[in-house]
Amino acid sequence: MALDRWIALIFLAICLAYGYAAFFTIDAGLPPFMQRNPVLPSTFPKALAVLGVLTSLVILLGLEKNEVVIKEGDIDYRNLGQYKIGQAAILLGLMVAYALLLRPAGFLLSTVGFLAIGSFLLGEKRWVAVMVTAVIAAGSIWYLVQEVLGIFLRPLPFFLG
Amino acid sequence: MLEGLMIGITTALSFQNILMVIGGCLIGTFIGMLPGLGPMSIIAIMIPVAIGIGDPSAALILLAGVYYGAIFGGSTSSILINAPGVASTVATSFDGYPLARQGKAGKALTVAAISSFTGGSIGAVLLLIFAPALAQVALLFHSAEYFALMVVGLSAIAAFAGSGNVAKALMMTILGLIMATVGEGALFNLPRFTMGIMDLQSGFSFITLAMAMFALPEAIYLVMDPNRSKTENGGEIKELRITREEAKAIAPVVGRQSIQGFLIGVLPGAGATIASFLGYAVERNIASKEDQEQFGKGSVKGLAAPEAANNAACTGSFVPLLTLGIPGSGTTAILLGALIALNVSPGPRLMIDQPSIFWAVIMSMFIGNLILLILNLPLIPYIAKILAVPRTFLIPFILFFTLMGAYIGQNNATELLLLVGLGVAATILRFADYPLAPLLIGFILGAMLEDNFGRAMQLYGGIDFILARPMTMGLLVLAAILVILPSYRARRTRAKREGVADGD
Repeated sequence: MALDRWIALIFLAICLAYGYAAFFTIDAGLPPFMQRNPVLPSTFPKALAVLGVLTSLVILLGLEKNEVVIKEGDIDYRNLGQYKIGQAAILLGLMVAYALLLRPAGFLLSTVGFLAIGSFLLGEKRWVAVMVTAVIAAGSIWYLVQEVLGIFLRPLPFFLG
Repeated sequence: MLEGLMIGITTALSFQNILMVIGGCLIGTFIGMLPGLGPMSIIAIMIPVAIGIGDPSAALILLAGVYYGAIFGGSTSSILINAPGVASTVATSFDGYPLARQGKAGKALTVAAISSFTGGSIGAVLLLIFAPALAQVALLFHSAEYFALMVVGLSAIAAFAGSGNVAKALMMTILGLIMATVGEGALFNLPRFTMGIMDLQSGFSFITLAMAMFALPEAIYLVMDPNRSKTENGGEIKELRITREEAKAIAPVVGRQSIQGFLIGVLPGAGATIASFLGYAVERNIASKEDQEQFGKGSVKGLAAPEAANNAACTGSFVPLLTLGIPGSGTTAILLGALIALNVSPGPRLMIDQPSIFWAVIMSMFIGNLILLILNLPLIPYIAKILAVPRTFLIPFILFFTLMGAYIGQNNATELLLLVGLGVAATILRFADYPLAPLLIGFILGAMLEDNFGRAMQLYGGIDFILARPMTMGLLVLAAILVILPSYRARRTRAKREGVADGD
């Protein structure tokens, strides 16, 4: 089974779970006076669940014929080995690490770390240039967001304030 | 009216107000370029400054300048790094980003600047002429028609977004609508489908989803396939100017979309986002066969259409604000708040009681548009240089900006994890050739769609509103045709190709 049909199968499962919630569980929490309204919190989701099941079945059963055509410049998922998938995965991991460290380590440290490590992972060798751009970028973005726009961003690690 | 015009011109051309326009446009453009900060948040940030000025016309002129600037700046990040920071520039990235990848970033930015300028200027002329009359038309549209209009918009997108794959595009649209129902809706204060996760209480954030659908998969593609980041001529910016043929090709598009965008902008609730998508879909549909092939691969027409439409719609959205006192969009709602704080009550009496404010704002729109053009055309070569940055620097920065965009909006680190998760899912969807734009559009329109649907149901006590209002019925039939026609057509050509007699 091709990837697009697997996705349709997953979507079908999502729609069934969503539909179950829409048809059976949501309205149970409504106060009695609202239950006679012509429109309930579940009305629109019910319609969506039905439509979603129908469209996913169309794809799953192949009612609308189509072939996944790999266009020039697109990535052929059937042959992922020829791409730098490891590098992509590490960078995604780095993003997760950034998300987890942003609060405790402070904005400046985590941002400089993220930008520098990201560049090194991609094969950049000029570490002075990397560090300088990372520090300037982190500093100026912090200044813009915190001082100009007034959105709080903790600049330093938690133990420094 | 002539008298009003004169008042407007004298007010808008005062030294202070010209300074306001220039300042507003500059601030809007530069902050608008950062993904994650749309016109709504920038205007909200600028309100204290505007109120501090004290003079209502100057304040409104400043805020209107920020608004245009932000819409314009948003298109820059859509074109250059496929990271639309504003919902109304999502359609810009469809053709703008492919153009940038072909090394024609300068040309793409020029086309965007000129289309925006024309759209905004034509919109301002129309506003001048039709403001009072159009207010009446907008009142004819009830929630039932809004609901139907959005269904038409979504079907049009689904029908034209996929490469002839209507079912896939429809599925993505529905997924977007489903995601829009997560969290608390406006009609009922009841958290839905949050699966008990506190962070989903307020729903998915638009910015997070936009970053995850467009910028992140593109960055992952760039990492996986190093050849991809090489633009065809090594990142060199060529072809800054548009050729005579291209100018000829986009002129009618810009003209049509300026008018259509303005009319959509006048409808409260529709606004620049719907205008840009509808403009793109309409232009794609009426283009010739060869041109249609180009859409989505770097067509100047496909870039000019949403840019002209969204700027014209921004101008149009001032009509209900200034004439009825009803804000048609989130942005104009914030403007309304600012006006009330300045002791001005917009409404039908505004034109009579305080003509200088009414006309000065309209005149400042012309000045604002002109300044945006003057400001941006000389800067384009420098802005486009962003693409010449080596990939080892560019990719970490793109990833960082997606993270920042998601973080600034919500101030919540969980949002960042959500961003990565959704981004991976979006990349897999892209592998399998599922179009991602319909998902985002479904998500943006989902809340409005449900609100209007719910309101119509309440007014008519059930689903009868579809039968009771012929205009609603007509629009819904049109939507059904839009979805069925392409797959029917595809089926027929296939049947012909296979030599099967085509018996209808």
